[in-house]
Amino acid sequence: MLEVTNLKVRVDDKEILRGINLSVKAGEVHAIMGPNGSGKSTFARALAGHPGYAVTDGQVTYQGQDLLDMDPDERAREGVFMAFQYPVEIPGVNNAYFLKAALNAKRKHHGLEELDAMDFMALVKEKAKVLDVDEKMLQRSVNEGFSGGEKKRNEIFHMAVLEPTLAVLDETDSGLDIDALRIVSEGVNAMRSPTRSFIVVTHYQRLLDYIVPDFVHVLSDGLIVRSGGRELALELEEKGYGWLEAPRHGSGLAAAGART
Amino acid sequence: MSQVAERHETYLVAYDQFAKAQGPTSPAWLQERRARASKQFAAGGFPTTRDEDWRFTNVAPIAEAGFALAHGLARDAAALVTGVAVSDSVRLVIVNGEFVAALSDLRHLPKGVRIVSLRDGVRDHSDGIEPHLANTFATDAHPFAALNTAFLDDGVAVMVAPKAVIETPIHIVVVSGPEAPQVAANVVSHPRILVVAGEGSQVRIAQSFVGAAGAVYFTNAVAEVVVEPRARVDWFTDQRESQLAFHINNVQAQVRAGGVFASHAFSTGGRFMRHDIGVALAGEGADCTMNGVYLVDGDRLMDTHTSLDHAMPHCTSHELYKGILAGKSRGVFNGRIIVRLDAQKTDAKQTNRALLLSDDAQVNSNPQLEIFADDVKCTHGAAVGQLDEEAMFYLQARGLSPADARNMLLHAFAGEVIEGLTIPGLRAQIESTLFAALDRDVLALRSGQGQG
Repeated sequence: MLEVTNLKVRVDDKEILRGINLSVKAGEVHAIMGPNGSGKSTFARALAGHPGYAVTDGQVTYQGQDLLDMDPDERAREGVFMAFQYPVEIPGVNNAYFLKAALNAKRKHHGLEELDAMDFMALVKEKAKVLDVDEKMLQRSVNEGFSGGEKKRNEIFHMAVLEPTLAVLDETDSGLDIDALRIVSEGVNAMRSPTRSFIVVTHYQRLLDYIVPDFVHVLSDGLIVRSGGRELALELEEKGYGWLEAPRHGSGLAAAGART
Repeated sequence: MSQVAERHETYLVAYDQFAKAQGPTSPAWLQERRARASKQFAAGGFPTTRDEDWRFTNVAPIAEAGFALAHGLARDAAALVTGVAVSDSVRLVIVNGEFVAALSDLRHLPKGVRIVSLRDGVRDHSDGIEPHLANTFATDAHPFAALNTAFLDDGVAVMVAPKAVIETPIHIVVVSGPEAPQVAANVVSHPRILVVAGEGSQVRIAQSFVGAAGAVYFTNAVAEVVVEPRARVDWFTDQRESQLAFHINNVQAQVRAGGVFASHAFSTGGRFMRHDIGVALAGEGADCTMNGVYLVDGDRLMDTHTSLDHAMPHCTSHELYKGILAGKSRGVFNGRIIVRLDAQKTDAKQTNRALLLSDDAQVNSNPQLEIFADDVKCTHGAAVGQLDEEAMFYLQARGLSPADARNMLLHAFAGEVIEGLTIPGLRAQIESTLFAALDRDVLALRSGQGQG
């Protein structure tokens, strides 16, 4: 599904990712953990193709294709979805209208017939129910005036409608209370399938109680310093991140983030 | 600049010929008003960039072109009219300043509205024309309106009877341009519109300005609108002139007590546009909305000057102008609000926003508030910015192409103003033109945009 080899990413003039290697197979859930500033969100955004994140080295192969060669919209239409850590408010753009355009762009790309308004609304209402998304949220401007929890729910709702092949969840748990966390996690778990993979970026192990990963990777100062099974997350919960610092670049970032 | 002021000689000579020809057929009052306007124009000549009102807008190209007075049917007039026709409306067509009955459509004319060509109306002493025509505002501060008045010959008058509520929109199509393609002559026309909405009446009036693609001409339009007490006039303007045209339009409205004047202006055409809208809130409790969207690209210029005169107490005004500028285009927005000494409890709000889609586009935005009363609420805001890159990325990351993402954001930007368009046929036209223009720009920019 996804092969990341020696991925290096710069933001402005700073090298944030210093050589990431990661292999995700179909149906797997990988958790990326790490202290603040370790590069977790940079990794997520680089996969989505954010123009502010410059890839300086390495390869990313997605379903046999060169992911880095694709524009962000092409990646999305090919089935890569990123749930934003900070979903953007877009006044004047209707949430349902936008989602319909996004879904139809993807369907068209795959040679499927575009959905008309009626079929689309039928689909969306079904998904909205599962994620406890208020229908009013559909008719509002994208994320405008949404609470933190509503924004994250809306992201997962978009994911449910767009049915990606690879979903990258960037700190979807931050800003969620325990009920919202449960709803969002149920939404994700309902989508787990042998043909769909997830990369779950999180600072806290709490989310992983709900979305149980197959693999856990610890990112520190731009490198994966430890990989393991689910038990690694529990170990981190106990010990914090301090004991897993990156071998060089000892900038103190890792230590500063070790407050779990 | 001094030679620009001299260039008006051409027009003065033309005026003498025009006045000689018109003299015997026009009533004395109209001859006087024309002559007065001609004198005003002769005294001031073309404005220069030393005039405060024209600081960012150089009219030298108009002065230098020496446009000759247009005659006859502009080329493709019939097709141009069909292209913007709005179904279920009363259509009035003005071609090169003259009302053309053959292209107009009065089948849907409802009771309570009287339509007359200005030429016929003047000749037949139609009610309401002499008191208002070339009499509702002073042209000394408006050189081009003075020029229009000097050449006042024809156009249309729309007279709405008191208490008449007119559901059918009145659509005035203004066509300008040279007669035939082989005639290379640059021509000018001076379209004129008079609207009088009787006490307690309601009417929606739309104007579409069109010309043959690629034609060079100068449209110098004036509209006078009288909104009698408690009447409501909704005024829509769709300026879609040829991309090589010069377009000047001056709309002046007098709003009496409890009256409403609501203007929505959409501008996409012309290489040079100057739009003046002046609204005098001349009675207590009058209300004005003045909204607009302009979209300009290439090396074109669009200048909007609005003026709101709060002369009486308890009047309200809301103004929202949005500009989208691409290429090396320039935009000017000047929003003047005068609150006179007696105009207590005035509530005025002005907002002007501009989106610059390229580094070379430029906008000059200037709120101009002159407040003499002390118990008033006046707010104004101006903002110039670029498309939100994070929003662009968000939309693209869900699968929208850069062009679609951009259109969606621009649509949202203009949407607030477009929502005020209550004539569906006109709205559809304006939306498609706005987005056709944006697509053109997207194509031009495609190579330069994207990953930063």
